[in-house]
Amino acid sequence: MEEQYMNYTPQDFKSDQEVRWCPGCGDHAILNAVVKALPEVSKQLKYNLERYVFVSGIGCSSRFPYYVNTFGFHGIHGRASAISTGVKVANPTLSVWQITGDGDALAIGGNHFIHAIRRNIDINILLFNNQIYGLTKGQYSPTSPLGAITKTSPYGTVEHPFRPGELVIGAQGKFFARSLDVDVKLTAEIMVEAAKHDGTSVVEILQNCVIFNDGAHDYIADRENRDDRVIILRHGEKMVFGKNRDKGLILSGLSLKVVTIGQGGFTLDDILVHDAYNPNPGVHMMLANMEYPDYPVALGIIRNVKDSTYDDNVRDQVLEVMKNAKIKSVDDLLNSGDTWEV
Amino acid sequence: MDKQKNVQELDEVVVRFSGDSGDGMQLTGTLFADASALFGNDVSTFPDYPSEIRAPQGTIGGVSGFQVHFGSRKMNTPGDYCDVLVAMNPAALKANDKWVKKGGIIIADVDQFNEKGYQRAGYKTFDAITELNLQDFKVIFAPITNLTKESLKDSGLDNKSIIRSKNMFALGMVYYIFDRPLSFTEKFFEKKFAKKPEVIEANKKVLHDGYNYAANIQAIPNTYKVKEATTLPKGKYRNINGNTATAWGLIAAAEKAGLPLFCGSYPITPATEILIELAKRKDLGVKTLQAEDEIAGICTAIGASFAGNFAVTTTSGPGLSLKSEALGLAVMTELPLVVVDVQRGGPSTGLPTKTEQSDLMQALWGRNGEASIVVIAASTPSNCFDYAFMAGKIAMEHMTPVMLLTDGYIANGSEPWKIPNMKDYPEIKPPIIHEGTEGYQPYARDEERLARGWAFPGKKGISHRLGGLEKDFIKGTVSHDPLNHQRMVDIRAAKVKHVQYFIPEQQVIGDPEGDLLVIGWGGTYGHLYDAVSEMRANGKKVSLCHFNYINPLPKNTPDIFGRFKKRVVCELNMGQFVNHLRMNFQEFSYLQYNKVQGLPFTVAELVDRFNQILEGK
Repeated sequence: MEEQYMNYTPQDFKSDQEVRWCPGCGDHAILNAVVKALPEVSKQLKYNLERYVFVSGIGCSSRFPYYVNTFGFHGIHGRASAISTGVKVANPTLSVWQITGDGDALAIGGNHFIHAIRRNIDINILLFNNQIYGLTKGQYSPTSPLGAITKTSPYGTVEHPFRPGELVIGAQGKFFARSLDVDVKLTAEIMVEAAKHDGTSVVEILQNCVIFNDGAHDYIADRENRDDRVIILRHGEKMVFGKNRDKGLILSGLSLKVVTIGQGGFTLDDILVHDAYNPNPGVHMMLANMEYPDYPVALGIIRNVKDSTYDDNVRDQVLEVMKNAKIKSVDDLLNSGDTWEV
Repeated sequence: MDKQKNVQELDEVVVRFSGDSGDGMQLTGTLFADASALFGNDVSTFPDYPSEIRAPQGTIGGVSGFQVHFGSRKMNTPGDYCDVLVAMNPAALKANDKWVKKGGIIIADVDQFNEKGYQRAGYKTFDAITELNLQDFKVIFAPITNLTKESLKDSGLDNKSIIRSKNMFALGMVYYIFDRPLSFTEKFFEKKFAKKPEVIEANKKVLHDGYNYAANIQAIPNTYKVKEATTLPKGKYRNINGNTATAWGLIAAAEKAGLPLFCGSYPITPATEILIELAKRKDLGVKTLQAEDEIAGICTAIGASFAGNFAVTTTSGPGLSLKSEALGLAVMTELPLVVVDVQRGGPSTGLPTKTEQSDLMQALWGRNGEASIVVIAASTPSNCFDYAFMAGKIAMEHMTPVMLLTDGYIANGSEPWKIPNMKDYPEIKPPIIHEGTEGYQPYARDEERLARGWAFPGKKGISHRLGGLEKDFIKGTVSHDPLNHQRMVDIRAAKVKHVQYFIPEQQVIGDPEGDLLVIGWGGTYGHLYDAVSEMRANGKKVSLCHFNYINPLPKNTPDIFGRFKKRVVCELNMGQFVNHLRMNFQEFSYLQYNKVQGLPFTVAELVDRFNQILEGK
C-alpha cells in the first residue's frame, strides 16, 4: 500500500470524462504524454496519485484537468499561475501542474506567468502553443507570427509575437524546455525532468490546432523534414542534428552558427556541448530563439538551473520565525505590547 | 512651574493635531492618544491625512491631521469639533480652523507664520486672525520651531533632526494643558530609539521644554483635568485600530479552525496595514503573499483555499473591482474565502485616504451571473476583530466567500479595547472531508447549512475537479443541463440565505418602538449612537438599529422596522443600504440621510436632521 507509487500505469491517470477536443487536435497527444509521464514521475519521486493537482485557466487546453484522474482546478482566463501559486504555497508537498495556452499564459495571464517564474515557485507549467485562439474560433494570439491572417487580422497581424522561451528566460526562468505534440516520447521524457526540477518549469509544447491553424508547425513536425529542421538538446551532448547527424551548432562571434561537420574545416570537436545547467542565460537564450530556416528549432531541455524556490523560502521563513517566537497563540498576541488594567 | 494656574475639570476633550505631512502629526496624535488611554481615559481617534506622501510643503493639500477624543466616559466618536487645535503652520490653521469649537484654544507655531508660510497656504494677507475671523478663539502663537532649535542646540543632532523634533515640543505643551504624565511617551522613545541614546535624550528634552514653556506663559491661564473613565468594564485593556483588529480576527478564525492562514493581497490604501500586520505574524504561522496585482491576490487565495488553508484577500474599492471575476469563481467552486474591503471615497481612484461606504452595492452585486455572497460589516475599530472572526467562521462552515466591509475611518481609527479571551469565542468546524471517504461526491451537501464538503488535495480517495463551469448538482462534473443550472443557482442562493439561521438577531438600541428608528450600518455606528443618545436624553422617542449582517439580513429585521412611525437610513453614500432594504422589505417606507464628503458624519448634523424629521420637515 505504501509503495503505490511504484505501480501506476497510464490508465490510472485517465479520468472517466469523455475527452472533448476535436479529432486530430494536438492536445490528445499531449494528454497521452502526460499520463505516460506520471507513472514514471511517481516512481522516481515517490508520489502517490493524490499528490497531483492540475490547474488550468481558460481555453481548449485548459479543459485538461477534467481528463486526468487527479485533483484538478479549472480556473478563470489567465489566472492559472496565480491559482497554482496559491495551491503550492498552501501545501508545498503537492505536485502542481499548470496547463495553459498561448493566449491564457501570454496574453491575459502574462503578468501572473512572469511573476510565477520570477518567484521560482515549484510548479510545472505546460504551455500549449498553437499560435491561435481556438476556443473563441480563430483569432490571432500573442505567438501568431507577424502577418498571420486570422479572423481578427484579415489583412495580416501588425504586431510582433512573443517567443515564450525568451520571455521565460527574461523573467529569470530556471527551467525551459520545448517539445512537439506529435513526439509523445520526447514530451513525456521532458515532463519527468520538469517534475524533478525544483522551481518553476516551463515546457512549451508546439501543438497543432487542426481547425483554426492546421499545419502551423508542419514545417518541423513532418517526419520527412523533422530531423533536418529541429535539434534535440540533451545536457552534456554535442549540439548535432540532421538526418545524417552531420550538422551542428558552433559559436561564431557572439552568435550561434550552423555548420556541416566535415565541411569548411569543421570537425565534431568544434561543435558546442549543451550545458543546460549553466546559470548564465546567454547561450540558452540564443538556443531558445533559434528559428527555421536560419537555424533548427531547439527541442528538449534548453535550460535547467538550480536555485532556491519561493515555496521553500516561505516555509523556511515561517518555521524560523516560529522557532524563536514569543507569541505562540492568539491569546499571546492579544496580550502583547502595551496593556493596562481598568 | 507655576502651580497658581486654575485647574478645571472636564468630562471630555477633543484635541486635533495638524501640520505638514512631514511634521509627524500622525505620530504626535497617536502618542497623545496612547498616553491618555494608558492614563485611564476612554479614547477615540481619527487620522485625517492626504494621499500624497509629501505634498508641496506648506500647502493646504499637504496638511495632515489627527484628532483625539478622550474622556471619563465611553467615547464613541473622535468628536465633531475640537477644544484644542495644534497648527504647525499657516496651512494647517487655514485647513482646520473650521473644526475648532467657538472659544477653543489654537496653538500655532508662529515661526512658520512668515511671508513664505502665508503665501504657500494661499492667504491674502499676513494676518491669520483677521483673515480667518479667529477673534473669538484663544490663539496662542508660540515660537515652537525656534524654541526647539534652542532646546537642542547642544544635543549634537543635525539641524534637520532638530527641526523634526518640533512636534514633540507641541506635544509637551498639550500634555501640560491636560495634565498628562510624560512617562508613557518617554518609554516610547526609549523603545523606539533603543540604539540611539542621543535621540532618546533629545526627544525627552524637547518634550519637557514644551511642557515647561506652556507652564510658564501667561497665555495659558487654565489647565484641565480629565479623570479616568470609571464606567468602562473592569479588565485588561489595550489600544487597537481597525486594520490591526481585522488582521488579528482573521488569525483568530484560523486558530479556531485549526488551519493555516493564507493571505494573498496587493497593497492598497487604506487596507495595506492588514497585509503588513499579517506579514509580521509569521510567529503564528501566517503565510502572506504580496501578489503581482489584485487579481493574483484573490486567485492565490482561491488556490490556497482549494488546497486547505483558510484563505483571505484584503483590498479597497478599486481592488475589489479587479477581484470581481475571481470572486465569481469562488462562488461557483463553493470554497471558503474572506475578502476584506476597507472602503474609501470613490469612484475610480477617488479619495484614497478618505472614508466612505459606497462599495456596498459592489459587495452585494458586483459579479457576473447570479452570484450571491455573504456580506458583513464591522462598525468600530475593535469589533473589526469580531467580524473578521465571524467572516472566517461563516466562510469555512458554510463554504462560501464572505465579504467583510470596513472603511478608512474605523480602519485607521483606534480605541481602547478590553482584551478578549479566545476561549469565549465559538468553535469553527469546517466540513472537512476525511481521507478515503466512501462515495465522496464533491457537491453533496449537509442539510442544515447546504454546504458542500471541503476535500483537500493530498488526501487519498477523494480526488475531484473544481472549476468555473457550471457543476452537476451532486457529482460536481461539468454540466450544461438547463434544469441542473436552475437547481444550482437556486441552491447557491439558498445556501447564502440560510446563513440567517446562524447569525444573531438584530438588536435595537433604545426602546423597541417609537417615533423614529435611525438605521445605519458599518463604520457610522459611533456617530449614530451618540446622536440617538443625545436625542433620547432630551426625551425624544428615537432608537437606533445598526446593522453588521448585511446579506443575509437578520430574520427579525421587519419586526423591528414595523414598530416605528418613521425610519431614516443614514449612510456615507447616496443610498445603497436603503435600496437594499427597499428590495428586501418593500412594505416599509424609508427616509434617507446621505453624505459623501470623504468624512464621517458629525453628531450635530445627525441630531439636526433627526429633529427635522420628528418635526415633520
